[in-house]
Amino acid sequence: MGRYVIRRLLQMIPVFIGSTFLIFVMVHALGDPVNALFGDRAPDPVVAQQIREQYNLNDPLWLQYLKYMGNLFRWDFGTTFNGQSVTSLLATAYPATIKLTAVAFTIEVVFGVGFGLISGLRRGGWSDNTVLMFTLIVISIPTFVTGYVLQYLVGVKWGILPATAGEDLTFESLLLPGLVLASVSLAYVARLTRTTVAENSKADYVRTAVAKGLPRRRVVMNHLLRNSLIPVVTFLGADLGALMGGALVTERIFNIHGVGYYLYQGIVRQNTATVVGFVTVLIIIYLAANLIVDLLYAVLDPRIRYA
Amino acid sequence: MPAGTRVRWAVIVATSVALLAAGCSSGGGSSSSSGNASGIVTAWWGDPQNPLEPANTNEVNGGAVIDMIFTGLVQYDPKTSEPSNANADSITSDDQQNWTVKLKPGWKFSDGTTVTAKSYVDAWNYGALSTNKQLNSSFFSYIQGYDQVAPESGNPTAQTLSGLKVVDDNTFTVALTQKFSTWPATLGYSAFVPLPASFFSNHAAYLEKPIGNGPYQIATWTKSQKMELRPFTDYSGPDKPKNGGIDLKVYTDTNAAYADLQAGNLDVDNGLPNAALKTVETDLNGRFLNTPAGIIQTVSFPLYQPQWSTPNAQKVRLGLAMAIDRATITKVVFNNTRTPASDWTSPVLGAAGGFKEGICGQACTYNPTMAKQLVQEGGGIPGGQLTISYNADGPHKEWVDAVCNSINNALGNTSACVGNPIGTFADFRNQVTTKKMTGPFRTGWQMDYPLIQNFLQPVYTTGASSNDSGYSSSQFDSLVNQANANADKSAAVGQFQDGEKLLATDLPAVPLWYQNGTVGWSARVDNVLLNPFSVPVYDQITVK
Repeated sequence: MGRYVIRRLLQMIPVFIGSTFLIFVMVHALGDPVNALFGDRAPDPVVAQQIREQYNLNDPLWLQYLKYMGNLFRWDFGTTFNGQSVTSLLATAYPATIKLTAVAFTIEVVFGVGFGLISGLRRGGWSDNTVLMFTLIVISIPTFVTGYVLQYLVGVKWGILPATAGEDLTFESLLLPGLVLASVSLAYVARLTRTTVAENSKADYVRTAVAKGLPRRRVVMNHLLRNSLIPVVTFLGADLGALMGGALVTERIFNIHGVGYYLYQGIVRQNTATVVGFVTVLIIIYLAANLIVDLLYAVLDPRIRYA
Repeated sequence: MPAGTRVRWAVIVATSVALLAAGCSSGGGSSSSSGNASGIVTAWWGDPQNPLEPANTNEVNGGAVIDMIFTGLVQYDPKTSEPSNANADSITSDDQQNWTVKLKPGWKFSDGTTVTAKSYVDAWNYGALSTNKQLNSSFFSYIQGYDQVAPESGNPTAQTLSGLKVVDDNTFTVALTQKFSTWPATLGYSAFVPLPASFFSNHAAYLEKPIGNGPYQIATWTKSQKMELRPFTDYSGPDKPKNGGIDLKVYTDTNAAYADLQAGNLDVDNGLPNAALKTVETDLNGRFLNTPAGIIQTVSFPLYQPQWSTPNAQKVRLGLAMAIDRATITKVVFNNTRTPASDWTSPVLGAAGGFKEGICGQACTYNPTMAKQLVQEGGGIPGGQLTISYNADGPHKEWVDAVCNSINNALGNTSACVGNPIGTFADFRNQVTTKKMTGPFRTGWQMDYPLIQNFLQPVYTTGASSNDSGYSSSQFDSLVNQANANADKSAAVGQFQDGEKLLATDLPAVPLWYQNGTVGWSARVDNVLLNPFSVPVYDQITVK
């Protein structure tokens, strides 16, 4: 097990170098950012030259990348054009996004698994049909539509929850964006849980457990649900990364100054350091989430652990 | 581990991090919107693009703050754009080239130090020196010695402008490189404000919390989130704030700000999204203003390309200009937030300032039949097809397509004109400034100060800094020079307008429309108006 974890961690190094270089090249390909700083006015050539020197923009691309990586190992992620260090941006942005993702993930797990369980245990009943219909609707509407509609109805028209989150993120202000962010994945989780629960409810071990005279609660929670969760956990793990990526849209709609906002600013202002810094951390989170999923398998299914 | 606990543990692992973080977040801030009771106005804001140094700020978000925390020698009336002395007592010259500036004594910076002639001279020297990398350094190029502090190439040979001299605490003199009669009126621009000594002694601390001599001072600034501005009690200027302060809130998206405005969590929103403009008047019960700003949008031709500068091409340019149905496009595409243009300035200048309707003549009058005839006489569009280039990361596709559509209809050829999107603004500007355009491209000009000179000299004189079309006319240049030397303002305006008449025949750039500023506000506040730069006049806003 320990070996397995170390091997997985070592795999991250080439992934890390490769992806940062790719992003570096891609952002660079967007053109010279210095011209845009001057707006519609033609830049003063001397000043433009000085700014290019400050950000190493005169060097060949590979040298710029090496200099960037060199600084990165000294924990210097560079600075933005308005003089903020990217490290400080990371420190503001990631907590915000993690809070949002946490709310969304909780909603997704609790309601997704909950709905799926109810629906799977009562197949064909009205509650099952309601869940199926509801999830179909949610899956078919894009997040930004749900986002704007819910923001308008709940936040602006009825005033039940804050329309936007703003600078201090309260649990209340994150409920609406969390729900929007969770909605699509929630529907998938519900459907996935429903199918596996329905399948496993006919399994021999469930019949045995029932025949043993175990209370229904124990049969469902300890025998049925536990075995049904394996595919769900796989999905949830991969989805954690997707949620952080998907948060970009939701953050914009609900004015959350998280990863999405700074990444967007970084791209618009062509700030290579910002974009590469943020994406690097996103990649690490994605890899870590996948690692945790693989470890969770072992917890859920002893056969995987001893294999 | 018993089977039951193992399952529970798995579920707990999957959600515990989530729950913990969610729990933490609810503990943090509890009262965010309750601080508005004492007359504080919340306003929409975007993250400034550059550090907040006056000579380094050239976009609207940073500019709004610089205007609030600084008052320069001159300020402009928010309604008429008329310049008047603010910190200056007098700005005088006998020859329109050598100026003496006298300050009103006793003005203070918000750190308690006094504003002196040295505060101005030091600030201007800092702004001009090329190694300080100030985006607006070229604004000092009219002052003698600019060649030495910012030479065309290489390192500066002097650290200060030779044209600036401190006479005494409240007087300094400025020697310009050319006669420039309206020069005092340019001094309301944010690059010309004074700087306190702490700017130079502790620059890093200054950038964290800039200090100025204006009506407001910065109380707190959480970068990329929020800036709280409060009235500066020792402020000596005439425009003392009529509210308890302004909280500028950074928004990720204009739609989010608009939702907050409607929900009552935001008071002033001058970043209204295009989508909202259709319904904004009813949404806000008429608490909405749509008023001209000092911005004109044009399409420029690359006159540096031989096929665009022949006498025949001139006919084609005129034909194309006449094929654009400005009235319909401003109404349909822009919801009347643009006004069809008929000169090269802006209505905010007023008639006395040089705005004159119709100076563009037939070039700005929609006439599809004549358009087609002229293009044919001129031998058709150079290269057979017209491409109008624009940056795809801005809101330009819609109107470029509409302009092309209008041209195609007039010429009776569905493929005569197509839009040519260029990925980013930076790349687009790169191609424009390195003169790589082969067809017309979008250009715009936002005035720096409300003067007709600012709309013409930097954009259309030979070799000027923003002459994107490569236009060169000795006649135009000499008219601008004469106007600048003319001490009589109305005569000078007349000479500038003669220059505009040349533009109407040479057509290096075709006027499209004047841009309006828009602002919506909540029921909590009153007296919201926009200045000619389309920035809210924050100090005038009152809370009910």
